[in-house]
Amino acid sequence: MNRLTYIGLVIAAVFILTAIFAPFIATHDVTAQDLFLRYASPSAEHFFGTDALGRDVFSRVVYGARISLQVGIIVVTVSAIIGIFIGSIAGFYGGWVDKFLSGYVFNVFLAFPGLLLAIALVAFLGAGLGKLILALCVIGWVGYARVMRGQVLKIREYDYVQAARALGASNMRQLFTHILPNAIQPLIVQASLGMAGAVLSEASLSFLGLGIPPPAPSWGTMIEEARGIDILYNSPHVLFFPGIAIALTVLAFNFIGDGLREYLDPKQRKR
Amino acid sequence: MKYKFVNFAKQLGLFLLVIWTVVSLVTLLIELVPGDPATAILGEQATPEQIANFNQKHGLDKPAFFFSVKSEQGFEWHGADNRYLDYWKGVLTGDLGRSFRTDRPILDMILERYPATIELAVVALLIAVSIAIPLGVLAGTNKNTLIDNFSSFIALLGISLPTFVIGPFLMYIFAVKLGWFSPTGSANPEDVVLPAVTLGAALSAILTRMIRSSVIEELGEDYVRTARAKGLSERKVIYKHVLKNGLIPVVTILGLQLGVLLAGAIITEKIFNWQGLGLLLLDEGIGKRDYRLVQGCVLVISITYILANSLTDFVYRWLDPRIRLG
Repeated sequence: MNRLTYIGLVIAAVFILTAIFAPFIATHDVTAQDLFLRYASPSAEHFFGTDALGRDVFSRVVYGARISLQVGIIVVTVSAIIGIFIGSIAGFYGGWVDKFLSGYVFNVFLAFPGLLLAIALVAFLGAGLGKLILALCVIGWVGYARVMRGQVLKIREYDYVQAARALGASNMRQLFTHILPNAIQPLIVQASLGMAGAVLSEASLSFLGLGIPPPAPSWGTMIEEARGIDILYNSPHVLFFPGIAIALTVLAFNFIGDGLREYLDPKQRKR
Repeated sequence: MKYKFVNFAKQLGLFLLVIWTVVSLVTLLIELVPGDPATAILGEQATPEQIANFNQKHGLDKPAFFFSVKSEQGFEWHGADNRYLDYWKGVLTGDLGRSFRTDRPILDMILERYPATIELAVVALLIAVSIAIPLGVLAGTNKNTLIDNFSSFIALLGISLPTFVIGPFLMYIFAVKLGWFSPTGSANPEDVVLPAVTLGAALSAILTRMIRSSVIEELGEDYVRTARAKGLSERKVIYKHVLKNGLIPVVTILGLQLGVLLAGAIITEKIFNWQGLGLLLLDEGIGKRDYRLVQGCVLVISITYILANSLTDFVYRWLDPRIRLG
């Protein structure tokens, strides 16, 4: 694994620990307003300064990690389970099942720009954490399904699977005890990149006002609240810190995914 | 020849199937609205008569689909007079309905904003290409050196930084601090620069990485050795021979990315208050719960995206005989 992967792992660890121990790290209540202290610059009392309502930006960034991690984990888990299930069925059964799933269903989901589909879903369903997660799963599963289908197609022809079949193993047994454990590697890469994607999508939708409603401290919402030109001019810190938080988190999971892919694919490693 | 035709027909079939699904999904999206659209638009105080009028005007009094399955009535057949078919008839005759709010034809509202979004996407594409080609070639010809690592790092940064972080930062540096551009709006011709750079940043990063690995691959080919052996300058070898072959996969990505740019433009337009389709969707459509407008915008953006992708596919097949024949 290369150096960037380790950097990614360290940043991801910091992010996850911050999310878990948020109540101990945060210095202020995330919704406590202090209207006498609007747009205060960073200081010993407020590490990252305060925002338009005098709320402590540091504490909000810390709690924002919680929202991102929560959305990321749920979206990755649910989409991976759905994707693995549908992908295995397509790859294992082949024939018209595969033609329908990979030839039609996958293509339809890939034909839609993911973000637009999520925006459309949330626009009609209404905003909220649950609906946001639903929308991200709807656009997320197809990536896992495609990878899984390819893996199953390849692995089901291996000798040990043939042997299991010859010994009378049921389809489900072949799939879950023989094929799945050996197909998992590229899915870990996909999950890592999916984590970056989910964090980014949550922030994007919240930025557009279609994600988690205020006053919850989502990083996307914080940037949305800080994008006015006079705020940029007078107190750029309100924008700077949540922006850095998103960028670092997404960067970290992309580094990990990239590094893992290189590690698992010897052809790329040589380069 | 026969094989080529079959392939073409298959492509066309899939294309039509995808379009059909997208239009159907968009049509049925309106059923997801909690409660009914009329109350959402007219408010809680609306009289039943007003609601009935509104529903009749926009065709919302008809059943949603050919049939419905409800727990009380069970399966019920409604016949051909339904909203799904109405919307389809409209789409085929270029009528996307009227706005729930302003009563203007949706198609007019969209066509007013469409050129601005296309302009933004095309300029972003051009900027991305003009950054990526020199950077990718530089990285590919200096494989595993400091230059290569640095450009890889820049590229990953470009992929990871979301537009809504890059945008305000660029605005802060170039509009607020340096004062080179006006921060928002689309009044002057140069106002397109900041939004286009913002939108194109991720794409230029992806392209840089692609061109890099393409160049590395082509440099190992025999024709490069021949070109060098016959005494061509390294510059000529790279730009006349290597790049020509190396750019083929890049063309595909470009087409696919034009579609991604169209979707990404929604966020960029919001940051810079760029009066395009994305802002229309967000402010007028979603912001004012003009569901008919949302349907229209989603439909037009998706179809543009699918068209761009399919066109690229055809161009790619035509460009590269190995794929055309294979």
